[in-house]
Order: sequence, then structure tokens, then C-alpha cells
Amino acid sequence: MKGLAYSMLLASTQPFSLNLVADVQQMLAVDFMRTSFLAGSLIAVSCGLVGYYVLLRHLTFASDALSHVGFAGAMAAAFLGLNPYVGLFGSSIIVGVGMGQLGRASARSRDVAIGTVLAWILGLGALFLGLYLSHPVANTNIAIGVGVLFGSIFGVDAQTALVISVVSAVTSIALLAIARPLLFASLDPEVARARGLPVRALDALFLTLLAVTVADAVPAVGALLVFALLVTPAASVRRVVTRPYAALFLSAALALVITWAGLTMAFYLSYPVSFDISALGFVVYLVVLAYQRVRAARFVERASNMVH
Amino acid sequence: MSGAWPIGLVFLFPFRLLQHMTTRVALLGSPTFSWNLVADWQDIFQYDFMRHAFLAGTIIAVMAGVVGYFVVLRGLTFASHTLANIGFAGAAGAVLVGLDPVFGLLAFTLVGALGMGGFGRRLSQRDIAVGIILSVALGLGILFISLYQGYSTAAYAVLFGEVLGISQRDVAVTFVVGVFTLLVLGVMYRPLLFASLDEEVAEAKGVHVQFISFAFLLLLALAVAEAVQIVGVLLVFALLVTPAAIAERLAVRPASVLLLSVLLALLFTWGGLVIAYYLPYPLGFFITTLAFGTYLALRLVKDGPWVSKQRSLTAQNMSEGGAS
Repeated sequence: MKGLAYSMLLASTQPFSLNLVADVQQMLAVDFMRTSFLAGSLIAVSCGLVGYYVLLRHLTFASDALSHVGFAGAMAAAFLGLNPYVGLFGSSIIVGVGMGQLGRASARSRDVAIGTVLAWILGLGALFLGLYLSHPVANTNIAIGVGVLFGSIFGVDAQTALVISVVSAVTSIALLAIARPLLFASLDPEVARARGLPVRALDALFLTLLAVTVADAVPAVGALLVFALLVTPAASVRRVVTRPYAALFLSAALALVITWAGLTMAFYLSYPVSFDISALGFVVYLVVLAYQRVRAARFVERASNMVH
Repeated sequence: MSGAWPIGLVFLFPFRLLQHMTTRVALLGSPTFSWNLVADWQDIFQYDFMRHAFLAGTIIAVMAGVVGYFVVLRGLTFASHTLANIGFAGAAGAVLVGLDPVFGLLAFTLVGALGMGGFGRRLSQRDIAVGIILSVALGLGILFISLYQGYSTAAYAVLFGEVLGISQRDVAVTFVVGVFTLLVLGVMYRPLLFASLDEEVAEAKGVHVQFISFAFLLLLALAVAEAVQIVGVLLVFALLVTPAAIAERLAVRPASVLLLSVLLALLFTWGGLVIAYYLPYPLGFFITTLAFGTYLALRLVKDGPWVSKQRSLTAQNMSEGGAS
């Protein structure tokens, strides 16, 4: 299994040194690290970009649900003997578009609807996983269920990585192409509609892009952790940067940096890469929170000095 | 296809399901349903573990039905999903250090609830903070599993639920936690309801809204930790949110909604357990399908294209006016 080869390879590498150039050289000398860096970078950029709009549109829970749907879809495809990616992308896009129909309900009833559907779809995922495993021939590939749930970019082969990279690049470009009208429609849909923007079409397009992005990131970071790349960078950036475009690009940049650091950490410390990425994202968020507190405290101090 | 998902660290999980299926066959053979319900009843309840599953399931359903009503009312769907995932990390951590996963579950969900209680009150801000906690909790769970050098069966059971393994002691723990949760909810019922329906007015009338909010999150943590044992982390909504969401569409008075939500949670659990006894598929699937089917049927009947727009709009305004 690849996992075994991976751990054997890790045993033979030099430990992390302070000579960073040598470290990077060593890392990129390894085949699967090159593919991981390529696919990881493109996924990070698309997640960072899409994530910014996810926060603007209050779709946090919806995007979490979408990633879980991908799990069920991949399981169903595996059971039917199809390529799991077909199930992954297909189910995500169908549910993403379906969510668009919930659009006008209040946040509370939308959450309830998402939660109910989500529970059932995950139940289906469990069923398909069970059916798939009870199939006597298929058991050679039992890693699949966990691969989808937790993901590991190190397990993605070169060909798949190429597909992932191309899809990420396309979604990033598509998002950038509609960045301006989408921003307008997200911030103030009524005024945007009055100005003649096709708000409904933009909503549907964005949900499709979100679904594709999530499905694309699942093999790398796992259905359960897409969040770490989608929401955490954008949330950290939005706390300090208010200008929309700056925040949009910075959240992509932050996602990229977190991914690179996570991949490096996983390579040298051999903790699961999904954990590294989510932990790094969380640390960044905490640092931003602390920075904000300090700045607010200083501001109050200065203001009170001016009064006295 | 085979190269698509290999992963060395956590490929043990499917073994758990296989093990579940072989255990099931060893324990039960393959029972068949007959129309002689009394005989079926005796057949099911001859097994200790089925009795335990029904007892624990009943307690959990009652608790989830009651707590779920307030979850829906207070818009805590996402928070309860996150608490369940935090519980996953806790269970994995407990297995890692050699403790009973139940303790990890309870400890982590309670700490998670405390953490969430400290975050912003506005729904959108809270969603983001909750989401970030969610991803960290899952990352930790994965780390714990990868550190654990063995078949961390217990942690995997936490993801999708496991009924066959409920012991008498688990039933006792569930009973104590359930009674405690219901008692506390009974004591704070009126102020909690008031604060959930109209936070501002409740605060003006002298209800300690912040305290109530904290206390409820802690109770929710308890309920989630218990429900996870039966339906699993990923399916917790099926018992916590769906019954209440259905009940809310059928009744208006809080007390009747509560009662209905408990009844539905009980029906889904019992129905799921009976079906899972006869069919070799995961219990979580049956419970979620029963819940989702009922929800869908109701939505179709009440909001379908054949209902006149005027009526369905009025009904919607009424059901949503209560919470805003």
C-alpha cells in the first residue's frame, strides 16, 4: 500500500534542519511531494477565494454539509462500481443546486432543512459503505471510505492530482471572472437586482462553484476537513482587512501559506496532513483574535489618554 | 480507481464495519420478520443487547426530543453538529489514553459547549466561530486516531453509532445523564422558553439570558454525547433536529410541540432498532431514513404545489414569527 511506502520513505529522510533551502530541496525531490504541492496549492487558492464569499453569504453550515454529501456520493459510486469522483462531484453539484432552492427561507429554517437532509445523506453514505464492504470482491479497496472522510493529499496519485489541479484552476478563474458582480449580489442582493444584475443566476453559479470546489478538495483534505481551508483563512483575514478585494486575495494567500506549511509539517513530523492544516489554520485564527484584542485595548487606552 | 484513495493512517475504520457485520451474524443468525408480532417481540427481546439498545434508545430519544425542540427554536443546528464532531475527537482521545470513550465524549462536548458559549451572539458571527472549532476538533480526532497504534474500534463506532455493544453499565450511565438533563430542563423550562422565543423582552423582564444560554449549551452537550452513542457523530441530527422540526410544523403550542417531538424521536428510534434487527445494515441509516421520510412527506403535504399559496404563506409566517 502507498501508506506503507510513504512511512518507509519518511524513515529514510533527513530530519528538519534550519537550512531551509536544503529542506525544501529534499522535500521536492520526492515525487509525491511535488504532486502534493502542486495540487495542494491550487486547491488552497480556490478554497481561499470561494471561502471569502461563503462567509459573506453565511453559507458556513451549507458548505460543511456539501462536503459530507460528497462522502455519501463517493460511497454510492464505489458501491455501483463507478469512479468515486463521479459520485463525489455529481452528488455535491446536485445538492449544491438544490440548496439554492432553499435560498429565501430564514437562516434558522434553512439550517434545520440542511441538517435533516444532511443526516439522511450521511445515513445513505453509511449504508453504501456497508453494502460496498459486504461485497466479497470489493474488499481489496476498503481504504476508500476513510480516504473520503479524512482524505490525504499524499495518497493522491499523479493523474488524479492533475485532474484536481485543473479543476481548481478553472473554478478559481471562473470565480475571479464573476468576482465583482458576485460581491455586489452577496452584499446587497436587492440593490443589485434593481441595478439589473442577474442575482438568481449568480446565486446558482456560486453554489455550483462552491460544490465543485468542495468536491475537488475532499480527496486532499477529506470531507470532514474541507472547512479548514474554506472558512478558517477567510475568517481570519476578514477580522483584520475590511476592503473586499484585498480580503479576497489575502484569504487565498493565507490558505496557500497554511497548506504549504501543513504539507511541510506533515512531511517532517509525519502527523496526518489534514490535522496539520486544520491546526495551523486554527493557530492563525487565534493569533488574529489576540492581535485584535491588543489593538482594541490600545485604542481604548489612547482614547482615554486624550480625554484626560 | 484503486489508486484514488489509499491512505495508510486511518484505513482501519472499514474493518470495524466488517467486524460489526460478522458479530451480528454470530449473535443473531439471520432473523426473519413474521406477521406474528408477539413472536417477533419475544424474538427481539430475548437478547440482552437488544434490551439494552431499546432501553438506552428510549432514554436518548426522550432526551433528544426535548432538547431538540430548543435546539430548533434557538437556531443551534450547526452548533449541535459541531458538538457531535467535538465528541468524536474526545472519544478518539479517550481511546488513545485507554479510557472508556464515553468519558472522552462527555468531557469534550462539555468543554466545547463552554467554548461556544463564549462566542458572539449574532448568528452569522457564531457560525464562523463554530465552524472553526469544528475543523480543529476533527483535526484533533484524526490526530488521535493516527497516534493510536491499534484497532481503535470504539472511536470508529462513534462516527456512525453502534448499538450492538451497549452494556448494562452504558444503560445506567445513559439513564443517570438523561434524568439529570430532563430535571434541569424541567426546572429552567419557563425562563428558557421565554429567552428562546424573545430574548430581548426576556432580558428586560429580568431573565438571566446569558446564564440560560450557557446552561442550555451544557445540557445540549450532554444530550449530544448520549445520542452519539446510538446514532453516531455524523447522524445526530436525525434525533436532535428532525423530530422537533417536524413537530414544529404540526403543532403550535410549545407543550404540544415538545410532546410531539419526543414521540417522533421515540418512533424513529424504535422503528430503526426493529428494522436493524432484521436487516444487516447500519442502524443510523434506518433512523435517518425514517426521520427524513417523515419530514419530506410532511413538507410535500403542507408546502407542495397543490397547497394554495396563500395558506402556505400564512402557515410559514406563523411558524417563523415565533422565533424572530
